[in-house]
Amino acid sequence: MTDTNTNQTWIILGASSTIAKAFTRSVAEQGAHVILAGRRMDDLKATADDATARGARDATPVIFDARVADTFQAIIDLASAQTGTINCAVFVGSMPAQETIDADPTLVDGTIADSFTGPARFLQMLAPVLIERGTGSVVGVGSVAGDRGRVGNYVYGAAKAGFATYLSGLRNALGRHGVHILTVKPGPVDTAMTQGLGKQPFMTTADAVVQDIHKALSKKRNTLYTKWIWWPVMTIIKLIPEPIFKKMSI
Amino acid sequence: MIWAKDQTYSGWGRALRAKGDIATPDAVEKLSNVGPAIGNRRSYGDAPLNSGGKAIDMTKLDRIIAFDRETGLLTVQSGITLGELTRVFAPQGWMPAVVPGTGFATVGGAIAMDVHGKNHHLAGSFCQHVTAITLIQDKPRKITPKTGALWLATCGGLGQTGLIAQATLQLVRTRGDMMLVTEQRASDWDEHLHLLDNSQAPYTVGWIDATATGEDLGRGIVEEGETCKGLRPTARGTKKVPFNAPHWALSSAIVKLFNAAYYRRVPKTGRTVVRTVQDFFFPLDKIHDWNKLYGKRGFHQFQCVVPLDQSEALRTIMQTIATSGLASPLAVLKRMGEGREGYLSFPMEGYTLAVDFPNRPAARALIKRLEAATLNAGGRLYLAKDALSTGPAIKSMYPDHSNWARAVAKADPDGQLQTDMTRRLDLRTPQ
Repeated sequence: MTDTNTNQTWIILGASSTIAKAFTRSVAEQGAHVILAGRRMDDLKATADDATARGARDATPVIFDARVADTFQAIIDLASAQTGTINCAVFVGSMPAQETIDADPTLVDGTIADSFTGPARFLQMLAPVLIERGTGSVVGVGSVAGDRGRVGNYVYGAAKAGFATYLSGLRNALGRHGVHILTVKPGPVDTAMTQGLGKQPFMTTADAVVQDIHKALSKKRNTLYTKWIWWPVMTIIKLIPEPIFKKMSI
Repeated sequence: MIWAKDQTYSGWGRALRAKGDIATPDAVEKLSNVGPAIGNRRSYGDAPLNSGGKAIDMTKLDRIIAFDRETGLLTVQSGITLGELTRVFAPQGWMPAVVPGTGFATVGGAIAMDVHGKNHHLAGSFCQHVTAITLIQDKPRKITPKTGALWLATCGGLGQTGLIAQATLQLVRTRGDMMLVTEQRASDWDEHLHLLDNSQAPYTVGWIDATATGEDLGRGIVEEGETCKGLRPTARGTKKVPFNAPHWALSSAIVKLFNAAYYRRVPKTGRTVVRTVQDFFFPLDKIHDWNKLYGKRGFHQFQCVVPLDQSEALRTIMQTIATSGLASPLAVLKRMGEGREGYLSFPMEGYTLAVDFPNRPAARALIKRLEAATLNAGGRLYLAKDALSTGPAIKSMYPDHSNWARAVAKADPDGQLQTDMTRRLDLRTPQ
């Protein structure tokens, strides 16, 4: 789909997420080596077996916790040891309900670490490797929630906004070295994270998001809204003047 | 499990509906047998429905657990589809041994219906290539063909013995992910049966023009296929039916015209074409939601099988259909072998006929007559398609029904896995 060159390695951060699993399958079927990074080893092993059966050149489960930076270097070393192109897709993030955070403000730190500072530090450590190879892609999954702070989930939104700004800077820094950075902003996706939240506006599926990601990768797009409708929707929401927006609850 | 409350859902035919709570678990550990399992609901009638109760959507449990490239033994979670397995493994030189006419069917559904495919005359039914199944009863239980009654009640057993969570399939080697397909016209019923009887191909099926009458009765196209590689197919895109069609879209005049054109599409002398495996096995999957062609009222599929020596009775059935003017373009005739695995498996050696009808009173009355004729001929109806039959009729068509009901009573003593179908046909009561 994205690249006919089979000598690809994909580091998948947050490999147990629903979208990550769909993405892993898609690159496994193209013969990539997948490094599956996450917190639950049993689940990562099962995903690795699935990827291998689907045609992955290799599938390596590794422990990664966005809040524990000690887990990062081993993954980068493992990726650096591979020949060919190294890519990284970031699916980590956590979304506690705003009320839960209101009740326990200590949750702010973890939410920001999962969605922003953890992956940012990881990518910062990976950047020299990517620059040295002079190729590769980074897929960073943010959220439309990061486009504007809303009453419903502004801590999560703030973390994703920070990550989006970080990716924008990383693009600026690495683009000149042949590394492509794609910022993905999904709206609600039918995943484990959204189960039980009921019907969401413009809901999409993990498989559809992954298809969109591959299209955006092949076109070297900078930012992808998926579904696409979120681009006009968020453009309008961003244009609402703050004095009015602060009284709204959308 | 997280439950979505009061969901309205239906089988593929959309004529029967249910309202109830549905959970879509994404990990096997979350499964419990509080309601029947459902997949992509490609059964036409009420087999995948549980009105007023709970149902567990298995489609998120779609992992490949293990694959042995030497032996072709594949272990998967039951929510994975046969289309996905074909897409993933055909390029690696392997195929599911049996695939039905739609790739959207899940492995769990294929087991619960013991489905058959275009190679039934040689390969038998789906469950004959399954070597192990993991059922979720009060606790998980792995069964194999050696298990006995519980195995026989599970294969083709409508999911009544436990949630089918995992299965091991013996895949078969394929020469490639392309099919070499020969199409021939059959000008009438006798020629049609003759071509099917004498086919030497691994995959054989007949499309039948269910609107042709008189001398043309039974005319159609016999399609024979074998796997191949290195050949390029002509590309055709995916289409989608975005809304319910108006009721006249499949009126008899239009169907007659369509069928006549479809028949003449193949030259008199026949032809050979190259198709992808997906195109050959799942021709209609490219038209997403084609069931909407039948409008909001939905449709029924009548599918029966009659013994080999009852081909005259089947000709009469065909004649009844053709003169009714109610049939749709989707009609299939196939010769089946003996292969079947479970107590309620559909196949028997003989001829099977499948025809779609829009859901109208006249069509329902016609299907009743066709069912009676099937019973008279010593044949049976396919539970994956049925929406209209009655308990006594089905029970007399399936001589092992009592064995099935007894095994199911043991496996699911509280009746938690019952569906609208088992209630409508009173299947859970032994005779």
